[in-house]
Formats: sequence, structure tokens, C-alpha cells
Amino acid sequence: MAQLSYLPHTEADVQAMLEHVGVNRLEDLFSDVPARFLHKGAYALPDALSEQEIRDYFASLEAMNARLKVFVGQGAYDHYTPSVIPYLCSRSEFLTAYTPYQCEISQGTLRYIFEYQSMLCALTGLDVSNASLYDGPTAAAEAMRMAIACTRKKTRVLLSATLLPHVIKVVQTYAKFYGVEIGLVQADGGQTSLEALKAELAKDDVAGVIVPSVNRYGIIEDLTGFADAVHAQKAILIEYCDPSALAVVKTPAEWGADVAVGDGQSLGLPLSYGGPYVGFMTVKKEHMRKMPGRIVGQTVDKDGRRVFVLTLQAREQHIKREKATSNICSNESLMALWVTIYLSLMGPEGLKEVNRISTDGAHYLKAELLKTGKFEDVFPDKPFLKEFVLKPKQFPGLMQKKLEEAGFFAALDTEEGYVSFCVTEKRSKEEIDRLVTIVKEG
Amino acid sequence: MKYYDKLIFELSKEGRCGYSLPVNKFPAAPEVPLALRRESPLPLPQVAEPDVVRHYTNLSQMNFGVDTGFYPLGSCTMKYNPKINEEMAALPGFAGLHPLMHAGLTKGALKVYQEMNKALSAITGMYTFTFDPCAGAHGELTGLMIMRTYHLQRGDYGRTKVIVPDSAHGTNPASAAVCGLEVVEVKSLENGRIDVEALKPLLDNTVAGIMMTNPNTLGLFETQIEEIAALVHGVGGLLYYDGANMNALMGVVRPGDMGFDIMHLNLHKTFSTPHGGGGPGSGPVGVAKHLEDCIPDLRVSGFHGNFAVILRAYAYILSLGKDHLQKVGQYAVLGANYIKECLKDKYILPIEGVCKHEFVFDGLINDGAREGVPGATTLDVAKRLLDYGFHAPTIYFPLLFHQALMIEPTETESKETLDAFIEVMRKIADEAAEDPNILHEAPHNTPISRPDETTAARNPILKYQDTL
Amino acid sequence: MSKILEGLKYSESHEWVKVEGNIAVIGVSDFAQAEMGDITYVDMPDVDDAVEAGEEFGALESVKASSELISPVSGTVVEVNEALEDAPEMVNEDAYGAWIIKVEMSDASELDALMDAAAYKAQIGE
Repeated sequence: MAQLSYLPHTEADVQAMLEHVGVNRLEDLFSDVPARFLHKGAYALPDALSEQEIRDYFASLEAMNARLKVFVGQGAYDHYTPSVIPYLCSRSEFLTAYTPYQCEISQGTLRYIFEYQSMLCALTGLDVSNASLYDGPTAAAEAMRMAIACTRKKTRVLLSATLLPHVIKVVQTYAKFYGVEIGLVQADGGQTSLEALKAELAKDDVAGVIVPSVNRYGIIEDLTGFADAVHAQKAILIEYCDPSALAVVKTPAEWGADVAVGDGQSLGLPLSYGGPYVGFMTVKKEHMRKMPGRIVGQTVDKDGRRVFVLTLQAREQHIKREKATSNICSNESLMALWVTIYLSLMGPEGLKEVNRISTDGAHYLKAELLKTGKFEDVFPDKPFLKEFVLKPKQFPGLMQKKLEEAGFFAALDTEEGYVSFCVTEKRSKEEIDRLVTIVKEG
Repeated sequence: MKYYDKLIFELSKEGRCGYSLPVNKFPAAPEVPLALRRESPLPLPQVAEPDVVRHYTNLSQMNFGVDTGFYPLGSCTMKYNPKINEEMAALPGFAGLHPLMHAGLTKGALKVYQEMNKALSAITGMYTFTFDPCAGAHGELTGLMIMRTYHLQRGDYGRTKVIVPDSAHGTNPASAAVCGLEVVEVKSLENGRIDVEALKPLLDNTVAGIMMTNPNTLGLFETQIEEIAALVHGVGGLLYYDGANMNALMGVVRPGDMGFDIMHLNLHKTFSTPHGGGGPGSGPVGVAKHLEDCIPDLRVSGFHGNFAVILRAYAYILSLGKDHLQKVGQYAVLGANYIKECLKDKYILPIEGVCKHEFVFDGLINDGAREGVPGATTLDVAKRLLDYGFHAPTIYFPLLFHQALMIEPTETESKETLDAFIEVMRKIADEAAEDPNILHEAPHNTPISRPDETTAARNPILKYQDTL
Repeated sequence: MSKILEGLKYSESHEWVKVEGNIAVIGVSDFAQAEMGDITYVDMPDVDDAVEAGEEFGALESVKASSELISPVSGTVVEVNEALEDAPEMVNEDAYGAWIIKVEMSDASELDALMDAAAYKAQIGE
């Protein structure tokens, strides 16, 4: 068998290097390992494949997946990815670099992170952004821990029951091990209940409250009075946002929130079966030192040029170890670049237009679906953007199957017995009409 | 590399447009109610597509990656990132999958997870893996959650401590704290290994487990692993393997065979997926058979982990196969020992003997210090390397040595590359001996010179709006 | 050689205490600031927080390090030096002028365990 193309070693190279090291064989380099731990024989792996064979095999795997038009959101949105983005993100100077430890040869990474931070602050209206986190749910979990750090002495964090299910689950997992009690604030008519929230806050043990901006039913939440109620108890208000929607709905800053978190996936990232996505977090300036994750700042170099560096690092694990604000080591840098390029291309008008087309399409779909007589409207008076739920009058299994067969992924079951739909700007009127026809016939 | 001084915001001009969207053919939906509508302006840049392409191309040219040159960053395993893997991960049949699609629609993706699980289990000697963690530190946290779950499921509620060596990555104690565990540090011996005698008195029935990196952050194999495993298991604790340094053992030793119960792998290190400027990574966690039941309840990320990263790693494993696996560990270790032997007459080697995939120097033997001129430090050496077209090693870690310089070459570097690096390192050592000021002032040939980090931290400017 | 002021009490972890009645004014020694290098942030408790002798009450941060501040006495924080929030460099410039917190002591006898200037000078080997 030929040498693997990623390994440049000739036999002569290996011999020369071994000689220099003063051993005879490659195996001798492991003389410090107790002999019984050295693996004997071949590993239980397949034979090595050539590039062409890998290509063919992946094509066969790819063919096992369904290729459907996506009419579901629930935390992962099928927005359009402009071709400029993957083109630029695959530049190997971005792709094959690591965290910008050596800032003199990492100004590219540092500058785009600074731009990313600026854009996330612009979207959320808050003062300070970090360089990104893993995904939306883990960003919410980090915010939960941050609430405890900011308020001290308090032990409980409240989550709105209208948050996306996967967000609640991840925060609960983190909280269980960190030793934080989680309370759920119930909904009233598809919207977080301010009365229920106040009742929980009255117990005086609440460090923070996480509420959605646009919730699991697609409803734009009315957070009037929330910040006052939360701040009256010296707790912090954390808003979980779809950053794309922030172009048109009230911002966390406008609602008086202290922290905004969410998933940047809706800013043009591919669905990719759930990842990589990118979590974001922005905070009011007073909470900056408690924020987890990398942060890039502007300064000057010895020659007076404007340059960018990792800063406020004394919060982080490589310095503070067990006392750090978080265990996170890097960020989701390439996806932050992806988001930055997306927002550069879209600008304020493009992002609003994405929302307009998606919202108009979703309202059209909802109206057409209701006309089929197969659904009840669950929250008829509540405002929504691209996502909504309906209550099917019959068990939806057959309808879902027919939709799949016709090439649609739609009408996802929810925990409450509803079905969820989502329309992005990628969905055409023709597709929607075809989907409705299938529902009607089914 | 050249210096380019724009931010995308500075290219903005009212009315420019970088997007292309379809004509809206839908009837207009009701406006967002006034009380819920965004009122503040949205200060995103307005730029045309060519501006965007040129701007980010210019930014990329101020960056250094593995494709640019040798990147011997210790503990980070900056190996070559195969290009076929990128293409496979971007295939529309994978990229277009919604994470909530049921199993019947995602058979290809599920097969990838199954096959990866088998392959990683074979490589590491673990029983099964979860792929949800998105990075190494995330894997550590998940692994510790599994450790705690294991004890709790057995009704063993008093295990609140985790033992971490003083040479460990900072993420180890930080992950333990996030997992609600108390960190107990165990000292290293002068030979860089865990002090087994110091470990013994720490062990009792309050210990949930020990986190170990093997080879450790000094690049040394923990030769007493067998005894350590017996001692920790003896008091009912578990052994956690930090897979950050797994590249040394690829195809040679399996953590599972050394007695480890839980481990994570960094797919972005050992399995060749690109580091992406600091992510996305992937940190799958493997467990031994007796811990299999401790995984299912844990939801640590939104959906199924970083699937597209896992796809890349899978393509890499297929190209390695059983045929080339062993060469990874062997060549990685060969390269590190070769550099070490070629430089130890110029740099202080605190611990003699064979190393694994990386090793640590403790600064220069002759730093050139003289009356009125301080000697060249590790930071100076690192900055001078940039002038010669190499990325710097990891510096000032591990904390055990004040002038730590941690070098990890990886198996994808040729002898010629290593020789060129060795030559430059020797030249820098000679420069330091002659006139350390050359190093103090370095770098000289990079797009920027050394930045004022103190001002950056004292008066943080963290977004473009702060500069207006 | 760093500056050591007579008339102050010193702890092993390099905090100084100036006693004003039942109030302990606490800062860090000139030696400590020099070891730390350019200080970029002083993490301080809030007024009314309780502090305990031998326990952490805050931290000094530089670009690449963080160092805990350990309280030499027990009691309640009655004042924090807010000027340090915007100008942490004051600690570098004048370690004895840049006090960090004032504590109303609950047990003044704890002061007896601290060093005087001569003993502190011996500790830091100057």
C-alpha cells in the first residue's frame, strides 16, 4: 500500500530522524509505555479508502437522506445562504488558523470578531458582545450561570415555558449539575404570564429570568413590565432571541433586558442536521466582567496603528482555572465569520426584507391551511413572524407522511399536540400552494 | 502578509446593497404591532457584494493558518486539514438536513454517527460515544456530568471532589467547577509525572474521579498510570481521560486499555478537522461499558452536536483506515523527539528522555542578559519566530515552568519543514546571545507590531460603535 | 526595591491595613503591585458585603494574570474605592494611596496576627 498522501515521510527521512533521536525503530519511541498497553495487531477499522472511494461512499450515504423542502423551524431555520459566504469562509487563512493567540499574525480573525461583536450589539442594542459560544441553548445555559454570578446569594433561575424545548432541556441539564434550581414560568394564551412571573419572583430567591423574544409558538412576546418586575427583585432579565427577527421586533435593550442570548444559525447558516451553529451573548456594560467566552478589543500597536487583541482575559479558564466565569476555551469562530459576512451582505434593509418575505409567506400559508378546515387556530390574536402552530383536527401522522412523500418537511409535532410550521424567504408561493393542496387532499 | 486597516462599517454607504432576494409574491401580512416593533436604528453596514469579497479577502491575508506555514502550537495538534473532508461536509444532502427530521429521513446521517461510534471505539478502546459536545471543554463538562451521574445512580451521593494534576489544561478545573465539583490539585514530581505518593492521601470515598491527560501537558507519558488507575478505582473513583493529547497515541495505545472509564476526543485536533480560527470543534465523549446508561439523560447542546465537523472527521478516518492509523502516532512522536534533540543544546530542556507528540523547553540556555539589558524571554522567542514565517509554539503553559515553550510538530510536517524550523530556532538563540534587543523588538516583519494590551484591558473598546 | 510604609500592618498575602478607629483601610503593598505589573482591573466587593479574615474579597487583574485579594480582617465593607473602577493604574502609581476597601472590623484582635513593617520587610527579603 502506498503512503498516505497527508504524511510526507520517506523511509530515508524516518531513518535519519530516528538516528538523530538515538533509537533504532519507531516502536522504541514508546519504550516508556508499559508493554501490556501497546496495541497488538490491527485496529478494528475498515481498509483505507482513496479520495475517489471516499467521494463515492459519501455520495451513497448522502443518497440515504431525504431531500425535502423545509417548512419547520423550532430553533433551526432554512434561510438562504449567499454564495459569497462559503466562498470566503473556505479561505484557508481563516479556516486553518487557530484561536488568535499571536495577534501580530491573526489580525484577520481578530478584526472579523470585532465586527461580529459590533453587529450583535447593533442587533440586540446591548453594550458588549463576546466572540460567540457553541450554540443558542448552551448560550442560555451560560447566561443562567452568569445570573447566579451577578446576583450572588440567590439560587434559582426562572425559565419561561414558552422557550424552545431544546433550550429548556439544555439549561436544565447544566443547572442540575451546577446546583441551580430551575423554575418554569407558565404561559397564558401562548405568551409568558407576567402574573405567574411576579408570583415566582416574590419568593425572593431568583437570580435571573430567561424569556423568549419570539417564542416556541412563533408568537412575538409582549414583555411590557417584565424588566421592572425582574429588576425590582434585583434579578437580571435574559432574553432568548432569534437574531434575524431582531431587525423588526423590539430589541432586548428596548425591553430593558440585561443579557441577550440566542442562536446565530438564522443568520444564513446551513441546517447541517443541527451543527455547527453559533451561540451569541450580549450584555449591559455592568455585567461585562461576568460574561463567559473570548472578547476582542481595539488598541494600538507600538507604531500607533489601530489593531485588535483578545482582551479581558483574566476572566478566562487559562488564567482563573476553577474560578473562571466559564470553562469555554475557544468560540465558534468560523461560524461567527459566517454570520458577520451574512450581516454585511444583508445590511439593515436586506435583513428586514428577509423578515418581510418570510412573514408574508407564513401568514399566507397559515391562512390557506385554515381554509382547508383541517386545523384549528390556537392563538388567533397573537402576532407572529415566520413560524406558527395549529391544532390538527385529526391525528396528523398520515398528513405528515404524505407531505414527506411529496417532498416537504412540515407540520412538526409539538409537545402540546400542535403542529408547527415555518416559512423562510426560500419558500416560493408555488411550493406553498402545492403543500396546501396535499394537506387538502390528505 | 500585508496590513489593511478597514472595518466593514467604514466601507458602508447609505443605499448600497449586498443581497439578492426574490420578489415578494405574497399578500402583505399585518405589520408587527407598534408596541412590539423595533424602534431603534439598525447600524449594520450597507455594502455591495464586491466590497464584501475584497474586504474579507484582505482580512484573510493578515492571518496565518496551517496552510500558510508550520504551526507548532503545543497541545493544539495543528495538523494538515484534508480538503476532501471540506467538500464532503458541504454536500447538500447533509447540509440541508433539518435537525428535527425523524430517523426515517436521515438514514445517511445516522449511519455516519454509527460508523463513527464504531471507529472511535476501536481507536480508543471505549465502549460507546456521545457526539453532542461541541468542543473539547464541552466534552470535559459532559464527561464529568457522566461521572457524577454514575455515582448518583448508584446512590453514592458523597462524591463531590475531582482530582486534577497541577499540569492540567485550565479547562479541566474550570469544567469541574461548572459541573459542581470541588477541584483538588495533585502535584507533579520533578520528572513531570503525577506524584503518586501525593495522590494517595487525597483518595477517599468523597472522590468522584481523577482527570488525566496522557501524555500529559509536558508531553510525557504517565508511566505509573497502572498504579494510579488501581488506586483511584480502589476507592470507587473513575478515571477521566482528557483527549487533547491523543494524537501521540493514535494507533499505538488505547485509553480504554489503560483503565480510563470516560474520555473525550478533540476531532479538531486528532482527527484533522480545521480549527476555524477557534471553532467549530467537536468533542465526542466515550465511556466504558459500565457507564453506558449514564449518557441518555444528558442534553448538553441543541441538537446532535456539530454534525458537519463529525462528517469531516469521518472522511479522515476513512482515508486513514487501519493501514495508516499507527503512522499518525509514530510520526507525531518522531517529529517531536527530533526537534527536541536538535535544540536541547540551545534551549533548557527541564526533563530529559523520550517525549511523546510534544515537549516543553524552559527558555533559552543563554538569554543574552547583561548589564542594563534584560535577557530574551520566551515571549521574545515566540515573537521572533513570526518574523521568520513560523507560528509560535504555545508559551507560558504549562505553568510548572516560568519560561515554558511548548512545541508540537504533528505527523503531517516533513523533515525539511522541521529542519527549517530547527535552523531558525538555533538562529534565534544565537541572536539572543549576541543582542537580546533584536528579540525584544520583534516581530519586525508582520502586518503589525506588538500591541498595547494593557490599554485594551483598562479601557475596553469592544465594538465599532465605541469608536465613534 | 519596593516601598514599605511604617505604621501599617501587613499580611502574608501582601495586603496592608491602616487602622482608623474600628475601621480597617485595606490595600496592597508596593511589592505586590510591582509583582503584578500593569494592573488592568480591580475586582471589589459591594458595600455591606461581609468579609472574613483569610478569605478572598476581590482580585487584581493584569493582562495575563489574576491575583486574589485576601482580607486581613473580618467585618463588613463600609466603603469601596470607586475611583479604581476607572483608574486601576492608581494601584501601580501609589499602592499606599490607592486603598481598595474600608472594613468595619468585627474582631480587632485579628490585627495582632499581622506583621509590622519590619517583619514584612523580612518576609519579602528586602
